[in-house]
Formats: sequence, structure tokens, C-alpha cells
Amino acid sequence: MNQVLALPTTHDEAWRYADPAALAALDPGELDQWCDITLSPGEAACRVLVLDDASPGVQRLRLTLAQGARGAIFAIASASAYTRLEVEVRLARGAHFEFGGVTVGSGDATREFVTRVIHAEPEATSNQVVRSVHWGRATGNFLGAVHVARDAQQTDAAQNFRAILLEKGASANAKPELEIFADDVKCAHGAAIGALDDTAGFYMAARGIPPEVARRLLVRAFIADAFVALEDEAQRDDLLEQAVARLEGSRL
Amino acid sequence: MLRIDNLHATVGGKEILKGLSLNLNAGEVHAIMGPNGAGKSTLGYVLGGRPGYEVTGGTVTFRGQDLLALDPHERAATGLFLGFQYPVEIPGVSFVQFLREALNAQRNTRGEEPLSGGEFLKLARAKAGLLKLDMEMLKRPVNVGFSGGEKKRAEMVQMGILDPALAILDETDSGLDIDALRVVGEGINAIMRQQDGGPDKAVLLITHYQRLLDYVKPDFVHVLAGGRIVKSGGPELALQLEAEGYEAVAA
Repeated sequence: MNQVLALPTTHDEAWRYADPAALAALDPGELDQWCDITLSPGEAACRVLVLDDASPGVQRLRLTLAQGARGAIFAIASASAYTRLEVEVRLARGAHFEFGGVTVGSGDATREFVTRVIHAEPEATSNQVVRSVHWGRATGNFLGAVHVARDAQQTDAAQNFRAILLEKGASANAKPELEIFADDVKCAHGAAIGALDDTAGFYMAARGIPPEVARRLLVRAFIADAFVALEDEAQRDDLLEQAVARLEGSRL
Repeated sequence: MLRIDNLHATVGGKEILKGLSLNLNAGEVHAIMGPNGAGKSTLGYVLGGRPGYEVTGGTVTFRGQDLLALDPHERAATGLFLGFQYPVEIPGVSFVQFLREALNAQRNTRGEEPLSGGEFLKLARAKAGLLKLDMEMLKRPVNVGFSGGEKKRAEMVQMGILDPALAILDETDSGLDIDALRVVGEGINAIMRQQDGGPDKAVLLITHYQRLLDYVKPDFVHVLAGGRIVKSGGPELALQLEAEGYEAVAA
């Protein structure tokens, strides 16, 4: 047995909201696989990931953004088994990282995004928006760490997480983590977990919109926040459709 | 058109409506006035079918149907419009999208063909114009960032688009300045006044004040107090209430 490849457990901070049974079933070999992406100075790239039943399990992305580069990742985690996307980003001077993620689904699976954004140099910016919609006994998590290095002045980092639980029994967890070693920085984070807005539902019904259509409109509007920054309109609509399509089969 | 007979309703286990009876015929405008806490808004919500407003007795018949047996969206499709005292903000859903969904859902329930995007926008533009609301505002999320007066005008634009048989308007006059009050009053008349040979229409105005009634002249005025109608009369009753107060008139 190679102890270096020991499986993580929920005692590890970065895995605390994961599903213990699912972790025990992971293949240690796969856990050490990183997909590396490096952007050269001024380069811009956007990656879209749909983690559905074709790609459950753990995926790891490492982004290295050179000066003034712009990297964006938009993802849906909707597989019916444990699904985790880890993203580690290192930003050089003036680089920007954008993350938009949606966890959606039912069953008893945990779906989570774990990001670590390292502002290594001054004037870099990052923005992360995660939305979770769950029902059944499903769980959606966002663990977002932001590290601002000692010299990384004028860092502007934001992360926002909101979850809607459509049924009792579903859950969501947010774990923002800020490590700031510079003094002239802006780091914002916010998290909210709740049920669908009943007041809006009745307002829509009073105008003749059936409950299932009303809920779909409300959930779509909620999820759309995560993809606002995706510039390609066709890609944005396609991702939104894929996320909303997961709602079919819910008791919506 | 609407017959309410001995209606009892509770909210959170507390009885608010205690045997309310009211009859509205097509072509009539009724006003319900009354002090705070009398049950005015509760009446609107009960008729609209809001969850948490439980009917414990009595019957409501609307256009020959048992209104209370219908779901809220079915009541709307049957021709009931509830104007909200506090219109709800819905971020991320535009008014145009919201109202097109609403109108086409109602048409679908009634077995009518949906309106195309172009037809809908033409209708929406006409009704927005009637209420002097900039059409651009209907492209924004529902009620988000609207002033109190804009929300009330937008309610009336919605009423114009959905073209109901019965409008129950809960304090539509609150939050309006004098000019907006006139625009809204004229809008209600244009949309809801019965036309000769036109479809049946009626209005139930829920209000604290006489001022909206200067523009939308009621045929009947009722005083609601303690969960039931305690006095009914013609338009002069509203003037008497304004002059003497609820306590003196309803006692």
C-alpha cells in the first residue's frame, strides 16, 4: 500500500462536506490527476464543463494565469453520484479569473465545487458565483478559498454562493475561506440558503401561471446568475438549458 | 358574477372573516372600505387563493363556478384578477416574459391559441401607453427597482393585458401621487368599465380613502368591519365615511 495516495476523509478540511461512503470508493490513483492549463500574458480562455452522469467523481483543474490573462470556467455538477470539481488558480499581475458554477439534482448524492484562488501578484481580480438547487436528500457545496499574497496589493476578489432547497431533506454548505496577507485589497463573500420564494409563487399564480411553470421560471432566473459572465450567448443559453433540464423529474 | 355567501376564513388559526356576504353583478363597481385589521386584504387573498388563508365556511361562486374549488392560477384563467397592495419583485424574470407566460397560460387553460411574440408586444405596448408607463420598463425584471407608484401602474398594465372579467384591487391607490392617481383611475375605467354589448366586467375596489372613488365612481359602497359587511349603500356612503369616520358610521 502506498500511503502517499491515502484516500481523503471528511476529517480533512477540504473534504468535510463530502460523502464519506463515496470517498471510500474513490480510486486513489485518479485522485492525483490534475488537468493543467496555462495562459500566457494577455491570453483569454474559457472552459465549460458539464459534470453529468458521463463524468461523475473528482475532477481537478489547475489554472496558471500570466500577467493580464483572463481565465474563465463555467460548470454544472449534476451527476447522480458524488461529483466534485476542484479548481486551483494562480493569478499573476492584473490577471482575472471568473468562475460560474451550478450544482443541481436530487437523489442522495453530494455535488461540490472546491476552489482555491491564489492572488500571487498585485492588481489581479477574481469573481466566483455558485448557485445550488437540490431536492430529495441531495447536497450541494461550495468551498471557496482565496489566498492573497503579501505583495498582491489592489486585489479584488469576490465570491457569492446561494442555494435553494426545494424539499426538506436536501442540504447545502458554504465554506468561504480568506487568507489575506496584503493590506490594500477588496475581498467580498456572501452566502445564503433558503427555500423558493412562496410570495413570488403566489404572485405568479394570481396572474395565471401554473405552479410548475412558476417554479421553473424562478429556478431558471436563480441559476442564470452563475452564467451571467459567460460571454458567448449560445453557450450561455445551452448551459442554462442543461441545468434547468435537470429539474424535470423533480416534484416541481 | 361574484356571489360570496357567509364566508368564514382564518389566517394562522385566527378567524378574520366572520360571515361575509357580498353580491357583484356584471357592469357594477363596488368599493369596500373599512378600518385597518377589518379583513379587507384577507378578503382579496382568500378570493385569490393565497396559501395560508383557509376558508372554514361559506361559499363563493364566480361566473357560475365554485371559486374555492379552483387553484389560484385556475381562478385567474377563469377571469379573476387580484391587484396587489404590495406587488412582488421577481429578480431575473422580465415583465415581458412574465406576462407572456401568464397570458398564454390563461389562454391555454381556456383552450385558446397562444399569442405570438409580436402580437403580445403590440398588446403590451398599447396597455403600457394607456397607463403612461414606458414600455422599456416592461423589459426590466418584474417590479425590481420600481417606485411605489410605478408598481401600481404596472399592476394596471398587467390587468389591461390579461383583460379579466372581475378585478379585485387591493389599495391600488396607495403610494400614488395626484397625477398617478388620475392616470390609474382612468386606466381602471378604460380597462374594466362594462361596454355596451361587450363582455361582462365588474370591479371590487378595496380602499381606505374616498380619493380613488372620485375617478372610479362606485355603484355600491360597503363597510367591512370585524370580518363582515356591516353597512352597504351608494356612493354617498363613501363621502359620509370620509366626513364622519368609520366608527360613527359603522356603529
